[in-house]
Amino acid sequence: MTGNIAILGYGLSTLGPGIGIGLIFAAYLNGVARQPEARGMLQSIAILGFALTEALAIFGLLLAFIL
Amino acid sequence: MILHALPSLATAGGDGYQTPTTADFYQPLWNDGPFAITRPAVVLMLSVGLLAWWLIVSTRQAAIVPGKRQWVTEGLYGFIRNGVARDIIGTKDFLRFVPLLFSMFMLILVNNLFGVIPPVQYPTMSRIGIPIALTLVVYVVYHYIGIKRVGLGAYFKNLVPAGLPGWIFLPILLLEIITFFITRPLTLALRLFGNMFAGHLLLLVFITGGEYMLLHGSFGLKLAGVGAYAMAFLLTIFEILIEFLQAWVFTLLAATYIAGSLADEH
Repeated sequence: MTGNIAILGYGLSTLGPGIGIGLIFAAYLNGVARQPEARGMLQSIAILGFALTEALAIFGLLLAFIL
Repeated sequence: MILHALPSLATAGGDGYQTPTTADFYQPLWNDGPFAITRPAVVLMLSVGLLAWWLIVSTRQAAIVPGKRQWVTEGLYGFIRNGVARDIIGTKDFLRFVPLLFSMFMLILVNNLFGVIPPVQYPTMSRIGIPIALTLVVYVVYHYIGIKRVGLGAYFKNLVPAGLPGWIFLPILLLEIITFFITRPLTLALRLFGNMFAGHLLLLVFITGGEYMLLHGSFGLKLAGVGAYAMAFLLTIFEILIEFLQAWVFTLLAATYIAGSLADEH
């Protein structure tokens, strides 16, 4: 079997951010469902959390390409 | 322009497809080597000139009832001033930092958008040096404010929350020092760089792969080539969203770090 083990590593590393982003947006949905008026406030925090968690996924993709 | 600039694309003889690599991002225009004038340098200078021209022209003869250009600039400025600076840093001393945050947001946004606008199509932030430079500015700012406010010794002491048992002070101090001095700037720069680099590379893979499959493939591969182009179109739209998001997140995190330095101790 030939290929690049970096891509295997990247595939494994997408588990964490995938679950993390799911948790973040699940919390956002729950919060807005309980109190729709809080939508604006929760949206900024949700997007910020999404970007921070996505950063880890992007580090994985980046290192798989570079190394 | 990107497609014709790629040296690794297969020739008409068809000696195999070469996937785009990191070397495709290095495009020197004059003088190869460490003092080369590369394409991202030219694009960066172009973006600064464009931004300066736009901001001057749109705010000249500012009227109470704004014209179209003034309305756009005011919308963006208000977004950063209210949504980011005032909400995060607080109403007391946010005005000092609005110029920094607004300039960084506009610079990152324009340079990111250059990644998909046809005559340019090179996201400047995909070369690590430029996010490092922007992060250095934020780094110096938030440490300088913190140290100027309470002095050097108290700055380090305030990293640890009060009211903890004495033996835990040192590990937490170590962890907080690593966070403040290493992790934060590293992730700030890497997040912007990684998103732009990976996004552009994905676009390159789909577009150059689609072209190769369309031109050099069997019939089934030609159909797949059309699919690759469709995917590239969708990814471009997604890339535009990510570009806005990354510019906003960079500014938001810079404001958060500044607010953390300005805040009273835990």
